Amino acid sequence: MNTARLVLEDGTIFVGQSFGARSSAAGEVVFNTAMTGYTESLSDPSYAGQILTMTWPLVGNYGVPPHILENGFLRFFESEKIWAKALIVSEYSESYSHWNAVESLAQWLTREGIPAISGVDTRALTKRLREKGTMLGRIILEGEPEPDLYDPGKQNLIALCSCSDVSEFSSQDDKNLLPQAKNYLVKNRKPRIILVDCGAKNNILRSLVNRNAVVVRVPWNYDYSDLDFDGVMLSNGPGDPNWATETVEVLRKVFEKNKPIFGICMGNQILAQAAGATTFRLRYGHRGHNQPVILPGTTQTWITSQNHGYAVDPLRLHEDWTTSYINLNDGTCEGIRHKTKPFFSVQFHPEACGGPRDAGVLFDQFLTMICGG
Amino acid sequence: MNQMNQMGQMDILNSVGVAAKSHGIQKALILGSGALKIGEAGEFDYSGSQALKALREEGIQTVLVNPNIATVQTSQDVADVIYFLPVTPEFVTKVIEKERPDGILLAFGGQTALNCGVQLFRNGILDKYGVRVLGTPIQAIIDTEDRDLFVKKLDEIDVKTIRSEAVESVEEACRAAEEVGYPVIIRAAYTLGGQGSGFCDNEGELRVRAANALAYSNQILVEKSLRGWKEVEYEVVRDRYDNCITVCNMENFDPLGIHTGESIVVAPSQTLTDSEYHNLRELAIRIVRHIGIVGECNVQYALDPKSEDYRVIEVNARLSRSSALASKATGYPLAFVAAKLGLGYGLHELKNAVTQSTCAFFEPALDYCVVKIPRWDLSKFKGVSKQIGSSMKSVGEVMAIGRSFEEALQKGLRMIGQGMHGFVANHEIHFDDLDDALANPTDSRIFAVAKAFHEGYSVAKIYDLTKIDCWFLEKLRKIFDTHRQLSDCGNLASVPTELLLKAKRMGFSDFQIGRLVTRGEEDPDRAMLAARRERKKRGIQPFVKQIDTLAAEFPAKTNYLYLTYHGSEHDVEFSRDGQGVVVLGSGAYRIGSSVEFDWCCVGAIKTIRKNGLRGIMINCNPETVSTDYDICDRLYFDELSLEAVLDITELEEPRGVVVSTGGQIPNNLAMRLYAERVPILGTTPESIDNAEDRHLFSSLCDKLGVDQPRWRELTSLEEIYQFADEVGFPLMVRPSYVLSGAAMNVVSNRSELEHFLTLAANISQKHPVVVSEFIENAKEIEFDAVANRGEIVAYAISEHVEFAGVHSGDATIVFPPQKLYVETIRRIKKIAREIASALKISGPFNMQLLARDNDIKVIECNLRASRSFPFVSKVLRIDLIELATRVILGLPVEKPSKSAFDLDYVGIKAPQFSFSRLAKADPVLGVEMASTGEVGCIGEDFYEAILKSMLATGYRLPAQKSLLLSTGPAKSKVEFLPTCRQLVDQGFTLYATRGTAAHLLEHGIQATAVGWPDETTPSQMSFAEKKAADSSFLLNALDLIQHGKIDLVVNIPKNLSSLELSNDYDIRRSAIDYNIPLLTNIRLANAFLQAVCRYQKGQEMQIRCWGEY
Repeated sequence: MNTARLVLEDGTIFVGQSFGARSSAAGEVVFNTAMTGYTESLSDPSYAGQILTMTWPLVGNYGVPPHILENGFLRFFESEKIWAKALIVSEYSESYSHWNAVESLAQWLTREGIPAISGVDTRALTKRLREKGTMLGRIILEGEPEPDLYDPGKQNLIALCSCSDVSEFSSQDDKNLLPQAKNYLVKNRKPRIILVDCGAKNNILRSLVNRNAVVVRVPWNYDYSDLDFDGVMLSNGPGDPNWATETVEVLRKVFEKNKPIFGICMGNQILAQAAGATTFRLRYGHRGHNQPVILPGTTQTWITSQNHGYAVDPLRLHEDWTTSYINLNDGTCEGIRHKTKPFFSVQFHPEACGGPRDAGVLFDQFLTMICGG
Repeated sequence: MNQMNQMGQMDILNSVGVAAKSHGIQKALILGSGALKIGEAGEFDYSGSQALKALREEGIQTVLVNPNIATVQTSQDVADVIYFLPVTPEFVTKVIEKERPDGILLAFGGQTALNCGVQLFRNGILDKYGVRVLGTPIQAIIDTEDRDLFVKKLDEIDVKTIRSEAVESVEEACRAAEEVGYPVIIRAAYTLGGQGSGFCDNEGELRVRAANALAYSNQILVEKSLRGWKEVEYEVVRDRYDNCITVCNMENFDPLGIHTGESIVVAPSQTLTDSEYHNLRELAIRIVRHIGIVGECNVQYALDPKSEDYRVIEVNARLSRSSALASKATGYPLAFVAAKLGLGYGLHELKNAVTQSTCAFFEPALDYCVVKIPRWDLSKFKGVSKQIGSSMKSVGEVMAIGRSFEEALQKGLRMIGQGMHGFVANHEIHFDDLDDALANPTDSRIFAVAKAFHEGYSVAKIYDLTKIDCWFLEKLRKIFDTHRQLSDCGNLASVPTELLLKAKRMGFSDFQIGRLVTRGEEDPDRAMLAARRERKKRGIQPFVKQIDTLAAEFPAKTNYLYLTYHGSEHDVEFSRDGQGVVVLGSGAYRIGSSVEFDWCCVGAIKTIRKNGLRGIMINCNPETVSTDYDICDRLYFDELSLEAVLDITELEEPRGVVVSTGGQIPNNLAMRLYAERVPILGTTPESIDNAEDRHLFSSLCDKLGVDQPRWRELTSLEEIYQFADEVGFPLMVRPSYVLSGAAMNVVSNRSELEHFLTLAANISQKHPVVVSEFIENAKEIEFDAVANRGEIVAYAISEHVEFAGVHSGDATIVFPPQKLYVETIRRIKKIAREIASALKISGPFNMQLLARDNDIKVIECNLRASRSFPFVSKVLRIDLIELATRVILGLPVEKPSKSAFDLDYVGIKAPQFSFSRLAKADPVLGVEMASTGEVGCIGEDFYEAILKSMLATGYRLPAQKSLLLSTGPAKSKVEFLPTCRQLVDQGFTLYATRGTAAHLLEHGIQATAVGWPDETTPSQMSFAEKKAADSSFLLNALDLIQHGKIDLVVNIPKNLSSLELSNDYDIRRSAIDYNIPLLTNIRLANAFLQAVCRYQKGQEMQIRCWGEY
């Protein structure tokens, strides 16, 4: 095995072994505390530009599933490719064992040209990131040229991850529909939902299609205000939400249509901006499967899957908006809602994949808004 | 400081508040689990202690019923009012009548407490006295306990359970199989031993097997076969607001079919994808909500290894072994939180005990891997089957933490303390048929896998035989490959640093590395130290990491630590100020060492902290209170090995190490730590060695003029026979190398001696046999004491009910002694004073002595706390451990006043056996310990105390007044006559085997003779039919037992060795199998039955709490 080094912008060096692609990489180093879901995380566009550290030390155990299409998009992945710049683990499991695996994690990384490093004290690294905040870093392979530092904040990653054309998705086999899907009809036809793709995870698409929706996926800066639709889904996406000004502008127009709008993660930050709020950067973000949220003023709580480096500052929200969820760990805003109109969004990932599915009911709330309940 | 920012935060934690709840409970009753037994062990001391802490924090007065006197929860500063009484509806009803609690907690005392609670609910007691059940409602408990209700309940929410369909024809069987889907398993109903059962992969096979099975029985059960499925469990918590979390999931290393208590278990799951993990998590929450759990519960699944199909195996609506493990594995205090939820709190209203800054509503993220390994003690039992399966046989467990599976697994295999050094580099285990050992699991299957690698088996082949997931097998394969590489190195200097580091990261100990590299040619201890020096020279050392519940996402002030080689920095700093004191724990619970030593260690830690020093605990047993990070300043959840203790003491540089409170494991480490210059506190290691080494101790006794039974260490048969001629029979024989059967035995004559030695022992220069004089009809006495620089500070003398020959751990112990001569006591004290002074004891110690008339002999002396320390401390109300710890720390101690030793009540400690779990084991007592736990009860007099304590270990008052007797040798027959007379006077029916019956009749006592098991065949006819058919029919002993005609069996073995299975064995074993109380010692039988006679006359047992004596 070849030696590789992880060098942080503060000069800290971790030495480990290289696996995956034989190349060096640069990006923003972040950590995720989930104990499962490396295929989901690596194919999640929200990790674009980032070097992903898994705090869970054993990675690769169940291999990588096949690239099979269902309803026109990949069944076992969150997008077509790996978006993270590189992967950092404590121990890589060379042998994998799972009925649904067709290749190893290293094989997949190699095919996608993504380097990875094992043998790193990921706990020590995580503590450093926690104390100093998210940092830029490079993975440098022995004998490979050193790449320059790369700051993903300086690039419009939303544009990078978004689709380029409009396309339509719907369930091709009603067997795969969820039991409640049959109730979701608009005037006896399937509801039509615009998915604004800022780097959308496939499971958002899947969660809508499995609930009987016809999803029209549009690029992040596409003006869909004149299209025929029943609701708008604002997707997750990578990086700084301030790059999404075009999306915000279109959204402000769409407000006037009074059609239900649901935002997730980046979608939450876009909706919040459209509602007057600002966003700020968290020191090291929320990335994991165990983030607790509460519906303020109630005793209703959820364990949620999260992946974001920015949060909404709700102080400047217009007065007809309110904070709908709060993070129980640090009190940050986890969602907003219009007091009278069917507009709402959450900072966490109700579509899960990976992670807990407690908040999956939000998709049903959205479809009920669209279809009437 | 976490990433909170002035911008946009809400003061959520303060607004939801951790304010006291108005739950309206002033006094709460909590039920313990009683004695430790297989399936119900120390985990309930831990969960009960946590619950008590949670209640006390609320200002609630706590009343605890638990006869297990050795537990931490039955200590003064843990519960307010403690009753050492049986956890049965009768006794608990009386406690409720007396105490009038507002609430009761049923989830913290295992199945014992749960069953008792359900009965109290059903017979209206809870209602009558207005006692509220706190936590999961009784109906929810009943729904999970009753199989039919459970299946129905889960059907309501479309959750799949394992079900079987009963059919009566081949055609019906085919239809049923079609419904559940192949493969199926069929079982013939109403047959024993699995006759006619088998797996069928298709209809063809089913037709053949079903026809065959229908020949045995007119009904067969068809069930989906889940052979080879994975077993996964989730620990779920729910509050009354319907908020749920799953604190941890766990995956069994062994596939379905092996009880989770018998399986190696890994946390979190290793081979499940995100989708599988969260499917099962989502289902677990759905189930728990539907059933209506409030508190903690456990959901067990079978998961198809070839799809996402699953079945729910069971739901435990209470704290369990798994929940204790999950608590220790994650740092999430499940029992504490469950108790608070029972009072009405919401999860979001409680704090995360580890971070103190976040709330309890979250799911721990682990950044380490946990492996639990069971500890069996099957070789202690005669006749028991070593196969493991769907019922539990293990007596304890260990938990190992590492940052790789290999690291944790190898640590764990060492921790179980059965002479194994990890997965490889062990002494060779012989398997008659390796394929069979892989396919039909026994307690040593993991080593059969190692052997298979040695024999060149592939992972695929091992998978076919074991169905252990290939991910685990590949990891084991990697350990095996590394062991090969090390063996090829030749010498330590030529081991590449990379390989050395790799080996350490795979959990290889210095011992394993030393042994492998030197190919076993050097003294292993020396090789170990050489390997240690070599790796340290190369800068390879373990790092100390924290368990913080959040994978380092937030800062946590956690003191819960472990060692790993997967690291580059320590999480903690070491103050090295001479204020730290290390206490070594007792490791896995096993026969001979369990919760009593945990009590001692917790007591030592508390005393250390009370005196301004820092208590540092090292232990590896998840079932303990000593591994609760709350009780110490630092907890190292790690190995109790020379290597790990050295690693830790080198980092911590403590003032010293306490080796005398954790039983034999720390005691055995004392000399070796001392040799490595680790300061040992208390009695010096040389003195410990002088007491441990048989030869040194003998010469000390000789010098002091203290008598011992004559003994000799012998290396040939001729020598043994010569010694036998010299001292006469009976003799006690202890081989140092055992081939099969029990390690120790008493033989009564030459032929028994020959038989035992040829069958069981290997004798040579290398494997000597210790033969000692066995003194019959002698009293056995325990002397527990604390000495300070050779002077005794406090002591307790107790006596055994049984004569010597029953292991002291299996004996019924009376304190203060009721039947010892004053002269005997005086002599014992004198001997103890002399020994304490000669060995300059500073700390706890224990002696076992024999007394016949006033002739005293010392049989054992341990310079450490003994099993009976908590019992005598609590009965005496003088905490011997606190005293001993003060002595060890060099603090001034005051001798308790003389009057403190005068007690006007009696304490009795009685053993708990688990024979019912150990199929085929002969439930007879001997010089090897067989009990798994104990209780201690207090009474006005001997009889009240013995009755309470024996009722607490599962004996019952004879309801039908019908006994079955075979009273063995003539001497015991005579001894038992007066009791029999009393019994008959009180209207008891005595059935007796022929010799006993004749003897009774001869002495004018009415008795009905019954046949021995082999005299008449227990026929297909029912008992009544038989009697009707032939009025002169000789009843068979087994028939009586099987038909529930007997309340109690007294069966006294005829001789001391009982190597052979016999009629007597059949009677004893069926008593166990049919759940009929059994007594095999004549003195205990006398004591118990005389006590029964007294209380039969209407005398009432006192319901008094500990404080009232």
